[in-house]
Amino acid sequence: MAEEVVLLDFWPSPFGMRSRIALAEKGIKYEHKEEDLRNKSALLLQMNPVHKKIPVLIHNGKPVCESLIQVQYIDEVWHDKAPLLPSDPYQKATARFWADYVDKKIRSFSFSFFIYELGGRVWKTKGEEQATAKKELIETLKLLEKELGDKPYFGGESLGYVDVAFIPFYSWFYALEKCGNFSIEAECPKLIAWAKRCMQKESVAKSLPDQQKVYDFILEMKKHFGNE
Amino acid sequence: MAGELVLLDFWPSPFGMRSRIALAEKGIPYEYREEDLRNKSDLLLQMNPVHKKIPVLIHNGKPVCESVIQVQYIDEVWHDKAPLIPSDPYQRAVARFWVDFIDKKMYELGSKIWKTKGEEQANAKKEFIECLKLLEGELGDKTYFGGESLGYVDVALVPFYSWFYAYEKCGDFSIEAECPKMIAWVKRCMQKESVAKSLPDQEKVYEFILQLKKVFGIE
Repeated sequence: MAEEVVLLDFWPSPFGMRSRIALAEKGIKYEHKEEDLRNKSALLLQMNPVHKKIPVLIHNGKPVCESLIQVQYIDEVWHDKAPLLPSDPYQKATARFWADYVDKKIRSFSFSFFIYELGGRVWKTKGEEQATAKKELIETLKLLEKELGDKPYFGGESLGYVDVAFIPFYSWFYALEKCGNFSIEAECPKLIAWAKRCMQKESVAKSLPDQQKVYDFILEMKKHFGNE
Repeated sequence: MAGELVLLDFWPSPFGMRSRIALAEKGIPYEYREEDLRNKSDLLLQMNPVHKKIPVLIHNGKPVCESVIQVQYIDEVWHDKAPLIPSDPYQRAVARFWVDFIDKKMYELGSKIWKTKGEEQANAKKEFIECLKLLEGELGDKTYFGGESLGYVDVALVPFYSWFYAYEKCGDFSIEAECPKMIAWVKRCMQKESVAKSLPDQEKVYEFILQLKKVFGIE
């Protein structure tokens, strides 16, 4: 029974990157379809009528929406290779907690563009608001650094659910640093060390866009929305 | 293997109600501890240092935070009775999608209904009803979202029913008139002891909201 897997995606989306990484970790062949978010395809609107957002994972014609739900689905269906979630219920709950934390605090890179929170505020605002946003972002990253501790990955010895949920945002760090005029590595060296470790994995390196490219994209968006 | 189970909670919280229902469905005894949110206990701050919120489920001294994570945890540990989450990965993904939808929409829209007035309130009411209609569509002709028995989506959604009367009074509208199928589903759920015992009286919730409105200086 040939599996048909399609991913409707948008290249700078950290959410899309999560599913790309999960599929790559499992060695699953799939068709990657790039969406133009200003001109969404009929397929996207049909497969995600509720939110009309990417990424959408389509498995044998059936859609799975929301990136973390996709990663869990991929992990459950293709469970025999590279498990991402722990099998122990308590460790699973802990992994879910931190993935949820990433979503609550750093998920602001939403491409509807009108729902900017933490990360978004770093380049959209000036002065005091930006300073506050930077401070909050650093606090969030430091907490995640603390959770990582001395482990090579959040998942322990191998890439896990929280790593997959979080590493995509690394591709946005350069853009954040340039716009916010600060160094994330100076504040969170252990986190950057972790990010570089992840980037040595093919599944991650091939799933994340070049940071300069992301920065250029942000500059375009800023121009387009008349920001600064 | 119940071990020691404690739930730090706050009686009107729909999120706390989810865990109460899940524990009741599985017939698991636990200690319920009411938190005063204006004066959070050391235990709460110790067990949920990141968000400092209820509910917190403490199992053998180890905390599980976030209600949907708790429900999944309860379902996985006590997997032999009253399964809540489907075993099929695709059905599971669908159930998770709707719970995520409920989390993204219901609480915030509901809050706007009792906190705001005029156009903002009108928009919140409209969107709230649209969400319920969408959920009605997902329910279809099933007895419960979980099919023949209470499932993950039912547990995630039914707690908000305890706030419906408050929303209706504050927003001056009838949810039953707009979404009769939803109310029929609710009444089916309320016939289950696990649900009936976990939800507070709607009148009590309304009085609580009136108190909050006073405290926040909302007319």
